[in-house]
Amino acid sequence: MTLRAATTSGLFSWRRLLPPLLVSAVVVGVIVVVIVAGHHDIIDSFSAFGRGSFGSAYAFWSATLVRATPLTLLGLAVALAFRSGVMNIGAEGQFLAGASAATAVVLSGVGGGMVLVIALPAAVLAGALWAAVAGWLKRRFGVLEVISSLMLNFVAQYLVSYLVRGPLQEPTHVYPQTETFGPAAHLPLLISGQRLHLGYAIAVLLALVLWWMFRATAVGFRLRAVGAGAAAAESAGQVVVPRVLFTAFLLSGAIAGLAGGVEVTGVTYALYEGISPGFGYTAIAVALLARLNPLAVIGTGIFFGALEAGAAAMQRDAGVPFQFVVVVEALVVLGVIALEWTRERGDTRR
Amino acid sequence: MVSVRADVSTALSLRDISKRFGATQALDGASLDVRRGTLHALLGENGAGKTTLMRLAFGMDTPDTGTILVDGKTCAWRTSADALRAGIGMVHQHFLLVPAMSVAENIGLGRGGVFGGFDPTRTAAVVRDLVAATGLAIDPEARVGDLPVGAQQRLEILKALSHDARVLILDEPTAVLSPQETQDLYVWLRRFVDSGRTVVLITHKVREALQLADDVTVLRRGRTVMQVAAHATGEDEVLTALLGETPTHRAPRARAPQRTSGKSVLAVSDVSVRDDRGTERLKCVSAHVYGGEILGVAGVEGAGQLELLRVMAGRRKPDTGSATRPARVAFVPEDRHRDAVIGEWTLIENFALKDAGRAVGTMMWDDYRVRAESGVRAQDVRATSAHDRMDALSGGNQQKFVLARELEGAPEALVVENPTRGLDVRATAQVLDALRDARDAGVAVVIYSSDLDELFSVSDRIVVCYDGTVHEVPFDRQAVGRAMVGLS
Repeated sequence: MTLRAATTSGLFSWRRLLPPLLVSAVVVGVIVVVIVAGHHDIIDSFSAFGRGSFGSAYAFWSATLVRATPLTLLGLAVALAFRSGVMNIGAEGQFLAGASAATAVVLSGVGGGMVLVIALPAAVLAGALWAAVAGWLKRRFGVLEVISSLMLNFVAQYLVSYLVRGPLQEPTHVYPQTETFGPAAHLPLLISGQRLHLGYAIAVLLALVLWWMFRATAVGFRLRAVGAGAAAAESAGQVVVPRVLFTAFLLSGAIAGLAGGVEVTGVTYALYEGISPGFGYTAIAVALLARLNPLAVIGTGIFFGALEAGAAAMQRDAGVPFQFVVVVEALVVLGVIALEWTRERGDTRR
Repeated sequence: MVSVRADVSTALSLRDISKRFGATQALDGASLDVRRGTLHALLGENGAGKTTLMRLAFGMDTPDTGTILVDGKTCAWRTSADALRAGIGMVHQHFLLVPAMSVAENIGLGRGGVFGGFDPTRTAAVVRDLVAATGLAIDPEARVGDLPVGAQQRLEILKALSHDARVLILDEPTAVLSPQETQDLYVWLRRFVDSGRTVVLITHKVREALQLADDVTVLRRGRTVMQVAAHATGEDEVLTALLGETPTHRAPRARAPQRTSGKSVLAVSDVSVRDDRGTERLKCVSAHVYGGEILGVAGVEGAGQLELLRVMAGRRKPDTGSATRPARVAFVPEDRHRDAVIGEWTLIENFALKDAGRAVGTMMWDDYRVRAESGVRAQDVRATSAHDRMDALSGGNQQKFVLARELEGAPEALVVENPTRGLDVRATAQVLDALRDARDAGVAVVIYSSDLDELFSVSDRIVVCYDGTVHEVPFDRQAVGRAMVGLS
């Protein structure tokens, strides 16, 4: 994974514009084929998609941006890790760890009216700890983080299953979920009458902070150096590479954990199995499409939020299965990789 | 298009070749005629277009204009496979091998099409036949990743010859070889040519080219500026063509007076180093460097010199023994792209890289820009601005930039590994001069170079590494050469 500084020549050129247009055309083309092959009406499907994502104020503030919140936070977690040379595929697991920790704090009844002040930091800590397991395995035994962090996702998934059927199950012991949180544990809403909550503001703020961190701070520079050339950082900069990689793991996990805490206190107000429809995996596409730039993650987060909100409406109104969105996400990732490849070829000069 | 008379004695001919990459005119009407059964040296500075011209001859790219003729017949190939079929083989500067596969498997790769099977016994037999026919010793079963560089290069040559190449192109083949391996390669190339085949040798080592080659072609800025028989020209004439100016004969700079007492700036005592496999690479060695001298370290590949330099530079912890060194030792590693710079970063960011390990708070980017700019001026780095990406610079300018960065802030000691590897004549002279300037300013300099001529031209004192031990030797070619192979 190489990341380039965005150096634009400033000139409008078809040669530069053609590959992205081609890729977009292919993506749209495949979408049309998928919809037609499923015997759904194209016009109905697309208008349902539009209504569900950007069609109304409600669609935008209460569907698209609410979906975008975990995707943006997790996209930031992944972007931070990838830019630092850590292939953290475990955002999903760290998200679930954060969600579980926040839930446990809320249900324990501590903090009273200030419960969020304890629950969200607990989520941050739990995410960091979950990531630290993979980080430690890498540092101590050289275990590839792609594998360990991915495997820990399943551990987290079954941990949630255990919690919602065991210690944290609702009092009647009928449904595999926790009790619903009281209002004290709800994140404040940003606009009255809409579902958009404080979590999205946190996500945007965090994007700005990370952008500034990579750009202006020594810590960010060190992370970037290790990501771009670990051997050069170690030899020329005398950076202690394993320590920096571990730091990146912790920070990435902390952000993913926060996303989990924000989701249970901002949207679901409860913990249950399947609380994440694969947010942590979609976040990889969010980060890649943003080319690992924290500011761009805000945009790609909205894009994928709209995609999921629109796809939900398509399922509701036009009967197109929601799994369709997975196809689109996969296409986008492939498209990004294809674009990266055409750029590299364009760059090879002697 | 000019009509071209078929000349049967010409094995490979490139006529009026032009090629443009983006804003760069890499080749501007270059020509090359290689007579059959000769060794032809293609000389030029970095960026003169040598490699581009040969990539075109090997079908890796197509010329914008111009003609390629093989055995007098015009050729227009689209891929290297076409060139291979026409009997052209090429050995690249950076090997194209699969390290995890065996020698035989590497040769079997790319043969027999997509669905063609790989027959290990047959391929091994082919390799053995090739080895017997060429005299290039190599074990077909060996894993490529375990082979020394010299053997990997023999494998690359065998790979080319397995396609029955009659014209063999070698791109800077000696850049990665030890002096002994270089000698072996030259002897083999001569025999190969004497058997009626043809070799094109891309190089920037003028002296060796004149000794070895039958014909010499010099490229400058994408044009052919000289095409002559090797015996009919001399070093100065070639250098003039190469550089576009009369080479100024610098007065050789005097060696620093020998010091025998006083306090050394950099010293290691009784140091041992083991590699990952537990093999002892340095066996209880001691060495020291005074301020204001250049200590040259000689040794055949793997004799422990790199470990010695890394311990001195503080880039490697010794397993036993101790090292005394100033707080900060400037270090120029051998593998620049891996260990010294980040290609996709700007010069400013690369300058700041030296502080990456100890920086706190926010990065003073304006400061780093000013420092990078003054470094660029100090070492005459050719860049349009400090905002340039590092990989937009030529190898020589990158190396000068690394030197500028490391020498900034008056370090007391400087450790450099093979600092001129892959650099052209001009950049080599500039880099060596920078080392001498540092020496004259009182810096303790340690240099390892696989080029003995260079080591003798720049060092004040020489030690030899042999099999993990370090020996003080007299300042004498013979003595050093003998010590390098274990004779004292």
